[in-house]
Parts: sequence; structure tokens; C-alpha cells
Amino acid sequence: MVAELGHFALILAFVVAIVQMIVPLVGAQKGWRNWMAVADPAATLQFGLVALAFGALTYSFVVSDFSVRLVWLNSHSDKPMLYKVTGVWGNHEGSLLLWVLILTLFGACAAWFGQGLPERLRARVLAVQSSLAVAFMAFMIFTSNPFWRESFPPLNGQDLNPLLQDPGLAFHPPFLYLGYVGLSMTFSFAVAALIEGRVDAAWGRWVRPWTLAAWMFLTVGIALGSWWAYYELGWGGFWFWDPVENASFMPWLISAALLHSAIVVEKREALKAWTILLAILAFGFSLIGTFIVRSGVLTSVHAFANDPFTGTFILVILAIFMGGALTLFAMRADRMEAKGVFGTVSRESALVLNNILLAVSAFVVFIGTIWPLVSELAFDRVLSVGPPFFELAFTPFWVALALILPVGSILAWKRGRLDKDRRVLTALACFAVAVGALVWALQTGRTALGPVGVALGIWVIGGAGYDLIKRTGKSGLGRLFRLPRADWGKSVAHAGMGVTVIGVAALMAWETEDIRVAQVGDSYEVSGYEVTLVDVREQVRGPNFIATEADIAMAKDGRQVALLTPEKRIYPVAQMPTTEAAIANGFWRDLYVVIGDRQEAGGYAVRVYVKPFANWIWAGCIIMALGGILSLSDRRHRVAAGAPKMRAVPAE
Amino acid sequence: MNKAVVFIPAGVFGALAGLFLVGLMRDDPDALPSALVGQDVPEITSEALAGYATFDSSVLREDGVKVVNFWASWCPPCRAEHPALMELAAEGVPIYGVNKSDQGGDAVGFLEELGNPYAAITVDLRGRQSLDWGVVALPETFIVDGEGVVRFRFAGPIHGVMESTILPELEAAGR
Repeated sequence: MVAELGHFALILAFVVAIVQMIVPLVGAQKGWRNWMAVADPAATLQFGLVALAFGALTYSFVVSDFSVRLVWLNSHSDKPMLYKVTGVWGNHEGSLLLWVLILTLFGACAAWFGQGLPERLRARVLAVQSSLAVAFMAFMIFTSNPFWRESFPPLNGQDLNPLLQDPGLAFHPPFLYLGYVGLSMTFSFAVAALIEGRVDAAWGRWVRPWTLAAWMFLTVGIALGSWWAYYELGWGGFWFWDPVENASFMPWLISAALLHSAIVVEKREALKAWTILLAILAFGFSLIGTFIVRSGVLTSVHAFANDPFTGTFILVILAIFMGGALTLFAMRADRMEAKGVFGTVSRESALVLNNILLAVSAFVVFIGTIWPLVSELAFDRVLSVGPPFFELAFTPFWVALALILPVGSILAWKRGRLDKDRRVLTALACFAVAVGALVWALQTGRTALGPVGVALGIWVIGGAGYDLIKRTGKSGLGRLFRLPRADWGKSVAHAGMGVTVIGVAALMAWETEDIRVAQVGDSYEVSGYEVTLVDVREQVRGPNFIATEADIAMAKDGRQVALLTPEKRIYPVAQMPTTEAAIANGFWRDLYVVIGDRQEAGGYAVRVYVKPFANWIWAGCIIMALGGILSLSDRRHRVAAGAPKMRAVPAE
Repeated sequence: MNKAVVFIPAGVFGALAGLFLVGLMRDDPDALPSALVGQDVPEITSEALAGYATFDSSVLREDGVKVVNFWASWCPPCRAEHPALMELAAEGVPIYGVNKSDQGGDAVGFLEELGNPYAAITVDLRGRQSLDWGVVALPETFIVDGEGVVRFRFAGPIHGVMESTILPELEAAGR
């Protein structure tokens, strides 16, 4: 009954979405205010209905209603409650429903908070947003319906993939989708502006908070995913350049570029066409990501449903929206000439450089991701592109980005001068290089990656600090905490990037790994730590798994620093083993321990990693996201929302 | 703004969409002809992976049908097909693994995590042997008969084609 209610709500939402797609658009074209006014209540209603559908599906999972096919396929009555709930989006159909829920949530938010937008622009934005909802709801209702029933309900379910039964997964997809789908807002704004044929500073100001929010969620989502892979997959890496990871990384890079170019539109009315293009591409890459995950066109560890029909449907959606938007762009781009001119040494130029570097690095990731497909179809050669390519091709652009960041961020608009800052910047650069050299001297004979990364990180963090201090101007440091939150946001986000750079470089350069077969009671040394396999317990029963548990003590200088309990679990229902690494988190290093199978000759395979600075990677991401929140909460956004009303509406 | 330039994004996207469409429609994404089929197995020199049994080409000329599988820990499709290999091994098909270009303990870590389906393993650090076998991408799987003749070659992960391809081919090779 509840499932049918959800199904019905979904179909009703589909109908509302169709109305919202057409009526306001026609209204905006003809100037009929009452037609345009349909958009607001429709957006709210649409969101309410989808939320109802989502609630119904969640309910079916919570009460383990196995007559619903999706619940039967992805749940089990023995599963802990948390994973019954997260199981809702741990599968193709359910995750689509979450996707649509967030899509309509953003639409509703645009209706709720967009009161300051010009009437026509708002009607068009909501109509475009709704057209996306129509496409995805049609996809769900006609090909991947989560509400199908089984005519003969089985007694118990088939369990969720054990790898997905983890708190990290509970929040990874929702954040990622908030990011992906958040970019639909910038897409809708871009298309609405193209239909209108006008982009001005106000447009830049409206579009930025949405981009910022989406980028922030994407940052958190990607960080959660990477963290989850780090501790759950048990092979100790944090990033694998898998097609699906890349699919989330490309929109992140593009939205980071958009974030910066929208500032130029807002402040200087330049780079308009480029910004519109980025806004379209950012969402385009989200869609391409969806396509890659769900079509099976590229082989990936994440692949959901490898069904060509599903793939074709998403490809059609992709073709309509991207093809349509880009064609519209081609027709209207000439109307977006730049107003301001700027010198070579200026904030604008630095931001252009930033955009080029971000876009090119996104392009590199893109090429690496689709190259297997291109090469197979064009040259008849099957191959896989591995991390070495990405590390080699991607790193230089980020090194360049980190190098220009502190300089660019303190330059003035229009015509910048660096004379006054030269001394501070030189001092900072010297300090960064000195620390890098010190690190180089300490590590002797290892890759240059570590020292370079540390120096770059310090350069970026120091630059962010100097930027903030410089902002206080003549009034001195006392003003520091009265600076606009946007200034803080900028510096915090930049510093976060510095922290991540240090973490990534240090981890990749100095990680140590030890694999061996150890007997219970054995003690040995791994890079300064004394590792002891204290005890191993087999056949330990969990709620829906059976585990082998080990106690491993780690000591340094005779003092025990951690007692770790890694597990190897077997999930009998899903017939799948998982590795539960045990990690002792630390500021300077992570100790990471994995227990393997019992060996035939006795003893257990034990893997021990010492991972320096590992937490800095995710800490940096969180700091970046925090910067985003600070910037979003700036007074300017709250006040500016109402500001455009003051502008005279041009007579038609 | 230059008229032609603004059409580039749409054009590039069109090409990409076409590529995706063809990619979706290809009926057998992993079918590749192999010049090796019907030939004697190329030389394999043994290079042991620490703690595991190793083999060379003379082993492949012994009686019985066997499978040669090229893999690496860094290759996601290898991870995907791994359960299928475990299944084959459980059915008693001897699988000989050639590990390609793995760093340090990665290969061992992979096997410890997922289990070891291989009767014996040899390491191909420089990619020389993979070249001799005509391996273009990992994973690749060969079926070798009792005389040491390559009977079948499959590029890509085998877990999706066990019933349709791999088991019948094993049958045909005389198992």
C-alpha cells in the first residue's frame, strides 16, 4: 500500500514537472505574469511529491517489505537499521530517486530563495530545472522503477553489497548527488540566460552561490568517497583514477573554474561566454558521470547497472540537454561581449590563468577516462589507462596552479602592481623552498615529490594568510575578525587546498608498506614501529557476517601507541568477503593494518602501512568546504538577493 | 567573437555522443582476434612472486586443459573478474597467472585480500612476456590444451561471459 502511494506520488510529480516545464516558459516568452507565477508553487509541490515517494521507499526498506522487488534485491531482515536506510540509495533505482529528490529540492530552493530574481529569469530557470526533472522521472518511471512489486514475495532479501554496508557510504552518495545535482542549478541559470540573451554582473552574482554550494557538497562527497575507499577497500589507497572517481572529479574541477570565472563576470563583466560555457559543462560532466556509472560503457569497480538500454536512455537525456544547451550557446554567444578591459598583470588575468589550468586538468582527466573507449573504437586496440598516466599528466597543471595562486589572489582588479607585495612574497617563497630543502635533506634519496609538495603547500597556505592580513589594510590586525566572511572563505578554502597538496604529496612520497606472514606472538619492525601480532580469533559472529579478528600492537620506542583490531569478514548471504582495515589516526601519520587469510603453513598474512600525513588529504577537503560555507554565509549574498529589485526593469 | 569558435563545444559534444553511442551498441566489446590461436604457447620464463609457486612454459605443455590469466593488482577489471577465476579454480581448472608490472607487495596484497585462484604465478615485471603473448590490455585470458597449443583468447574480464564463452571454450579445448 505504502509503495503504491509512493509510486502514485512519483507519477503525480512527473505530471507537475511537465506543467512546470512548459507553462512558465511560455509565460516568460509572451510576458504573461500569471503563467510565469505557476512556477513557484509547482516547484514546491513537485518537491513535496518526490519527497513523499522517497519516504515511501524508505519505509518499505525499514519494514523490510520484500514484496517490493528493490527491497528484496538489496536488503535483508538481519541488516542493521542504518544500512536498511542507506540501502535505499545503494542501488541503481533508489539512487535515481535520491537524484530526482535532490533535483526537485534545488528547484524548490530556487523558488523559495530566488525572490530577488527578475520575474522572467526566475520563470525560465525553474522551467529549465523542471525539464531536467521530467527527463529523469521519465527515465525512472519507464525503465528503472523502484516501486515494482514481486507477485510472490520471498521470505528474506538478498542483502546489500557488503562493501556498501558502511557509515561512509551512508553519506557519500547524498553529498555527491547534492554536488552533481546542485550543478543543475547553474545549468538552468546558464540556459535561462541564453534564452534571454543577456548576461550581466547580476547574473554572475546569482549564479555564484549555487555554484559554491554545489562545489562544496561535491568536495565533501568526493572526500567521503575517497576516505571510504581508504579504510573500507583495505588496499590503502585514497584515489585510484577509476572512471567513476574521475566522473566526480571532472565536475569538481569545472565547477571550481566556474566559481572563479563567475567572480570576473560579477566584478568586471568579462569572460561571460566562457562562464556560461563552464556552467553548461559542469553539469554536462555530471551527466556524463551518471552515464558512465550506469551504462557499463567503461569498465569500473563502481558500475551499477550494466544495461545497454539504461545507457541509451541516459545518452538520449545527455544528448538533448547538452546538445541543446551547446547549440543554444553557439547561437547566442556573440551577444555576450565583454565590457571591461584589463591589463596583463591583474586579478582578471590571474583568474583566466586559473580557469585555463583547471579546465585543462579536467580535460586531461577526461581524455584519460575515455581513451580506452576511443582507442578501442578508432584503433581497434583495447587498453586501460592507469594511474601513471594521470599522475604524470595531471600533476604539472596543479603545480602551476599552486604556484600562481598566492600571487593571483592578492592582485588588484584591472591593473595590478606587485611592488609592495614583492618583499613578503619573496620571503614566503624563500621560507617554503627552505622547508622543502630541509625535508629533502631529511629524506635522502627518495622522490622529489615530497619536498616539492610540502614547499608548494606552505606557499599556498602562507599566501592565503598574507592575503587575509593584506585585506585589513591600514587599520591593522584588529580588523581581521571584522573582515567580510567572503574574504575569510576565500583564504580558508585556499589554505585547505594547500593542506591537501601537502597530504597527497607526503603520502605518495613517504608511505611505507610491509607485507609478511606472521605467527601469533611474532614481533617485527616497520619504519620505526614495533609490530606485534598479539592474537587472532576466528569465526567471530557479527549481525550478518562472520569475521576473523586480529589484535595487533604497535609500539614506538618501547611505548605502545596503538592496539589495532583489523577484521576480515565473510557475508554469507551475499557470499562476499570484505577487509576491515584497522587504522590508528594521527596528526602526522596513520598506522594502517590489514589481516589476511590464514596461510597453509600456519600464521597469517599481515599488512602494515605507515601513512604519513594521510589525514591531511581529507582535512584539507573539509577546510576547503568550510571556506565555501563561510563564503556562502557572507552578508553580501543575503543582502544582494534583494538588491536587484531596486534596478529599473527595462521597458519592453 | 569568432562565429566558428562558438560551435566547437557543440561539435565536440556531438562527436563524443556518437562515440558513446557506438560504444554502447558494440555487440561484443571485448572480441579481438588473436594470431596465437592454434599456435604453440610462447616462451614463459619463471619469475616467482614471493611466497607463491611459479611456472614456465614447459608446465603449459603438460597434459590437461589449463587457463593462463594475465593480471595486475592495479587493474580494476582484474578485480572484477577475480571471483570468476576463484570459481574456475574451485572446479579444478588449473589457472596460471602472469602478473604484469606490479609494484612491490601490491600483487601479494591483492591475492591476500581476495584469495588466490592461481595454481602458480610468474611475474612479468618488464612486460616482455606479455608482449610475446600479444597482450594489449589487462586482464587477458588464454585457454591452452593438453599439447600446449593456445585454443582460445579472451581480452577483458571474463566474469560476464563465463556461461556464454569461457565454459564452452574450455569444453571445446578438451576438458
